[in-house]
Amino acid sequence: MAEVAASRPAAAQWTPAQPLVEVRGLRTWFPVRSGVVSRVVGHVHAVDGVDLTIHQGETLGLVGESGCGKSTLGRSILRLVEPMSGEVYFKGQELLRMKPGQMRRMRREMAIIFQDPFASLDPRQSVGAILAEALEIHHLAATAKAKKERVAELLNLVGLSPNFTARYPHEFSGGQRQRIGIARALAVNPSFIVCDEPISALDVSIQAQIINLLERLQEQFHLTYLFIAHDLSVVKHISDRIAVMYVGKVVEMSPARDLYKSPKHPYTGSLLSAIPIPDPVLEKKRERIIMTGDVASPVDPPSGCRFRTRCFKARPRCAESEPPLETVNLGAHQAACYFPLD
Amino acid sequence: MPHGRLLELTGVETQLRVKDGTVRAVDGVSFSVDAGETLGIVGESGSGKSMTALSIMRLLPRSGAIAAGSIKFKGRELTELSEDEMEAIRGTEIAMIFQDPMTSLNPVFRTGWQVAEPLRIHRHEDRRRAEQSVVSLFTQVGIPDAARRAAQFPHMFSGGMRQRAMIAMGLSTGPSLLIADEPTTALDVTIQAQILELLRGLNRDHGTATILITHNLGVVAGMCDRVIVMYAGRIVEEGRTEDVFAHPEHPYTWSLLRSIPRLDVEEHEELRAIEGSPPNMTKLPAGCKFHPRCPFVIPRCAQEEPELRPVREQLARCWVTQQGTSLDSAAAHG
Repeated sequence: MAEVAASRPAAAQWTPAQPLVEVRGLRTWFPVRSGVVSRVVGHVHAVDGVDLTIHQGETLGLVGESGCGKSTLGRSILRLVEPMSGEVYFKGQELLRMKPGQMRRMRREMAIIFQDPFASLDPRQSVGAILAEALEIHHLAATAKAKKERVAELLNLVGLSPNFTARYPHEFSGGQRQRIGIARALAVNPSFIVCDEPISALDVSIQAQIINLLERLQEQFHLTYLFIAHDLSVVKHISDRIAVMYVGKVVEMSPARDLYKSPKHPYTGSLLSAIPIPDPVLEKKRERIIMTGDVASPVDPPSGCRFRTRCFKARPRCAESEPPLETVNLGAHQAACYFPLD
Repeated sequence: MPHGRLLELTGVETQLRVKDGTVRAVDGVSFSVDAGETLGIVGESGSGKSMTALSIMRLLPRSGAIAAGSIKFKGRELTELSEDEMEAIRGTEIAMIFQDPMTSLNPVFRTGWQVAEPLRIHRHEDRRRAEQSVVSLFTQVGIPDAARRAAQFPHMFSGGMRQRAMIAMGLSTGPSLLIADEPTTALDVTIQAQILELLRGLNRDHGTATILITHNLGVVAGMCDRVIVMYAGRIVEEGRTEDVFAHPEHPYTWSLLRSIPRLDVEEHEELRAIEGSPPNMTKLPAGCKFHPRCPFVIPRCAQEEPELRPVREQLARCWVTQQGTSLDSAAAHG
C-alpha cells in the first residue's frame, strides 16, 4: 500500500490526536419549488448549523427521527450532497472547497454503507464486478490477478465464500447483500465509514450478525464509524459517543453511557422513554413521557428551540432565542436546552 | 369486559402459489383469542404471521387459499361464509389495520369520507350523520382539530395521523376484534409510543380484543397478555408473555431474545447472533425447521419434526425442552 499512501494529499499537520473528522457550522438546505415556473418558495433546513467531531477509531452514533437530517448530515460530510455552507475537515484538510481531482483521491479514505441492500447494489453486475469497480476507479489493483485476489479477500472478510464472485445480487438474502455492501465499502481500504441505517432493513435474527461483523472489522482495521440509525438500542450498543438530532440540529451529544443514564435534553428523554424494552415486567410498569404532536417542519422551523412545540418543559424563553449546544455536567456531555433534565 | 372465546383457529393451513410451486405459508396453526385479550404474534418476514391474519380476514392474495382447518369467530365458521357474509363481518365485527398508513388510504378522496365508509355501508348512516361520527372518532383517536382534518386529503396527514385515521375507520363500527399487522413499523419511535398508547386505551376502555402482529419483541412485552412465536409457517412457542420472556422454551425465541441489543443493559457484550438466514419456504429442511440454525440441536431434530407440546407454563415445539432440558443451563454448559 506504500504507493497508495504516497499519492494521497499531504496531511502535514494532522496527527491522530486531533479529530479525524471535524464539522463546523454545516448547513445543507434543499430548495422547495412550486408553481409553473418552479419558483423557489422555501428551503428544507435538512442540516442547519451542525458542529461535531469524530476521533480516530471511535464510533459516533447519530440518532433522530425520520426527516431530522441525520442521513443528509452523513452524506454532506462525504460530499455526496453538496452543503450550502460550513466546513468539513478530514485529517485536517477542508473538504468542501477541495477541487474534484483532489477530492477523488480523498474519497479513498471514506466509504458509505447504505440502508437498503436491495436498492444499493446494481442488479446487472456480478458480485465480483461490483467489488472490482471500486478497485478500478481508484487504481487499487495493478493486475487482473491482484484484483481477483483482493475481491476474494474482501468476500472472506465479510464472511462470504469467495466462490460467490460470479453470482448476482438477486441470488443473495438481505443479510448477505448487506455483507456485499460492507465488502464494497472496505474495497478502498477506508479509514472512515458512514453507516447509514445499515441494519434497519434486515430481519431481526440477521441484525446481530451484521452488528458483530461491523464491530469485528472496526477492531481489525482500526475503522472510524459515523453510525446513523433510528434504533437507539442498537446505537447505544455500538457507539462510543452519541449525537441526537432534531430538525436539522444536534440537540445533545455525550458518551453513550451518560446519554442513556442521564439524558439532559427533553427530546432525548422522551425518545428514550418511547423505546419499548423486551421485558414484560419492566415494560408494563415503566413511566413514559408521551410526546404530543408531530416533528416540527424543517421548511419552517419554530423560532428559538425547535423542540419547544412538543416539549413538556417549554417556557417563553425557549421561543425567544435558540439555546446553544453547551457543556452540561461533565466535560463531554453537551445539550442545547435552557431547562435541561436533572 | 366481556368474557368468552372470540376466535378459534384449528389446524389452519394456507397455501401460496409461488414461482417454484406451492408453499405452505401457514402450516397447521391452532390458537384462540378470548374477548378483551391482547395476543401478540411474533416472527420474521416469511414466518407466516401476516398470512395467518389475512386468512382470518379472508383477504389472501389471489395466489393464496386456505387449504385446511377451521376458523371460528363467535362460533361461526368463517371459512364457509359467502363473500357477502364475510364482508359484513369485516365491516362490523373484525377490523384490521396495516403496516403502511401511506398506501392504505386512497389519495383522491377526503380522509373523513373514507373513514366514514363502513358507517355508510354497514350502519346505513347518511352523509351528514357519518360526518359527525367521523369527527367524534377522530377526537377519540387523538386527531386534533377533527372537523378540519376530516375534510383534508390523506397527503396532508403525517404517517402517525394516517395510522390514527385508519384506527378510527377500524373502530367506527365498534368491532370486538382488532387485528393490527405491524401497525407501528413504518413510524418513528415517538409516534409508535403514541399509537401503542392509543391501542392500549382502546383495549382498556372498550374491551376490544387485539391481535398484534409484530417483529418487535419490545412492543409485545409492553402490550400483550399472551404471545405466539412463529417460524416457517408454524407456531414454535406459545404462552403468557411473562413466561415466554422469562424462560423461553424454544431455541428460536431464546436466541432472538439474546440477539437484540437492550437499552436497559449497561455493559457492552458481543451480541449472540443467530447463525444462517430465515428459511426458504420452498426448500424447508426435514425435521424441525429451525434445526440448521439451532445452537441446541440434537440428532433427532434433523429427522422428526416435534409437535407443539406443553413445556413448563407454555407450549413449545422442541425436542430438547420437551425432554426436560433447560436452555439456559444447556447454554451455560455447552
